[in-house]
Amino acid sequence: MDNNDFPILHQKVNDEDLVYLDNAATTQKPKQVVEAMEKFYYNDNANVHRGVHTLAERSTEQFEAAREKVRKFINAKSNKEIIFTKGTTDSLNMIAQSYGENIHEGDEIVISIMEHHSNLIPWQQLAIKKHATLRYIGLTDDGELDMAEAKKLINDKTKIVSVAQVSNVLGVINPVKKLAELAHAHGAVMVVDGAQSAPHMPIDVQALDCDFFAFSGHKMLSETGIGVLYGKEELLNDMTPVEYGGEMIEFVKKYDTTWNDLPWKFEAGTPNIAGAISLGYAIDYLNEIGMQKIFDYEQQIVDYVLPKLLAIDDLEVYGPTDPTKHTAVISFNLKGLHPHDLATGLDMEGVAVRAGHHCAQPLMTYLGLSATARASFYFYNTLADADKLVEAIKATKEFFKHGTI
Amino acid sequence: MALSRMDDLYRQVILDHSDNPHHHGELPDATNNIELKNPTCGDVLKLDLNIEDGVIKDAAFSGYGCTISQASASMMTDAVIGKTTDDAEQMVQTFSNMIIGEDVDTDSLEDAAVLEGVSKFPARIKCATLAWKALHKAMNKEESE
Repeated sequence: MDNNDFPILHQKVNDEDLVYLDNAATTQKPKQVVEAMEKFYYNDNANVHRGVHTLAERSTEQFEAAREKVRKFINAKSNKEIIFTKGTTDSLNMIAQSYGENIHEGDEIVISIMEHHSNLIPWQQLAIKKHATLRYIGLTDDGELDMAEAKKLINDKTKIVSVAQVSNVLGVINPVKKLAELAHAHGAVMVVDGAQSAPHMPIDVQALDCDFFAFSGHKMLSETGIGVLYGKEELLNDMTPVEYGGEMIEFVKKYDTTWNDLPWKFEAGTPNIAGAISLGYAIDYLNEIGMQKIFDYEQQIVDYVLPKLLAIDDLEVYGPTDPTKHTAVISFNLKGLHPHDLATGLDMEGVAVRAGHHCAQPLMTYLGLSATARASFYFYNTLADADKLVEAIKATKEFFKHGTI
Repeated sequence: MALSRMDDLYRQVILDHSDNPHHHGELPDATNNIELKNPTCGDVLKLDLNIEDGVIKDAAFSGYGCTISQASASMMTDAVIGKTTDDAEQMVQTFSNMIIGEDVDTDSLEDAAVLEGVSKFPARIKCATLAWKALHKAMNKEESE
């Protein structure tokens, strides 16, 4: 796979060729997406769903065409089930606020200890507000979700199960389809945080049989500020809007309002029109390659780099050690060195990684860590990038051993 | 190799302070104390001060953080013990100005002056300033109580 469509990747950083390995935070944008945005703003921009003029028609058509592309991308049944949001965080908060109205005292919500704060705090605060109980599924020794514990925790009191399909720290793929079966067997709904999965693997929400699925555009070649909330139509129909305002109404009277149809009921105000259209173009780009091909290619990188990382003395690698259970999100620490120092060393070598708690503080506490460094690959990365990462870690290790190079 | 630029950031004296920090621990009879967190990285710094008659008689720090934040705390405690709180406030200001690249007289900062190189690494400025922020807050906590 080539990266010639990504001009940003072809530059020097600190006199070294840039190796961008912070894709779990955000991905770079191909020319096709950036140019499509330029074209939209230069030719077609107008507000959607309101005007009768030609530009408004073009804009609305492209906005709704993007929704159809999203529907196909995750294989939802209907466009009514695709709500444009600001991103995964916004989507998950919407579910917690709106579907959360069904939660009552004594009910239980089950999440996992590896959740990103955006799939944790909304449920924690909902539990506090509703006097419900929040329960955490822990990990096995190998850094996988403990399904035996999940089976014990999910019971008839459980109303919501919400788990990430891929961990943004451990890189592990969670069996969300099995969790959905467990949840449904006890009458609970299944929420899937797809922020780290949708950009990297084929998604079929009907096959997963999840009730809600959330993901972000900027982690899959599109712009920031656009994301998706998928929800089963029958659930969305019964839910009340989280935000009130323009476009989400059917008819407003002085003391009463009726809501617009799905999905607009949940899209108050002028939406991120260009963002949605850019997501559509990003999906076109990804489909051109093929999601299965992207997944297989990234697995090749993991097969190649994970054993090399595990072989570095004093490097602790988190998550499963079996490459077949690990996606291309890899967290690690050099013993005795803070990850910020490691990340600065890698940056000097042109290698961009993230260092910190990755918005997963309960997981850090659970693992007995304060922070980790994290390299995350995308399809435009190469095996040479993986080599550069390994070399830069070794060089940084030597630097701190001797105080110089 | 671009890693050589790291010499500007991680001067030997900084690595020495980080490996063997001075005044690391707690003061059981602290007159002033504070715990500061760096929310972006999860680092924690606890600072204890013993202030008598407007003079910092003793200081100690604990918690966890990166090389820069640990070395900075070690250097800061070295520099402010024995100083009046007024002088220490002046040093906080001097350090803040130095770390954003302003041309200031840094003699009063002693070892901490070598952290000047951090100004070329914007992402790491917060690591260096955490200890001095803690000092400022701990000293002013007394005044408000």
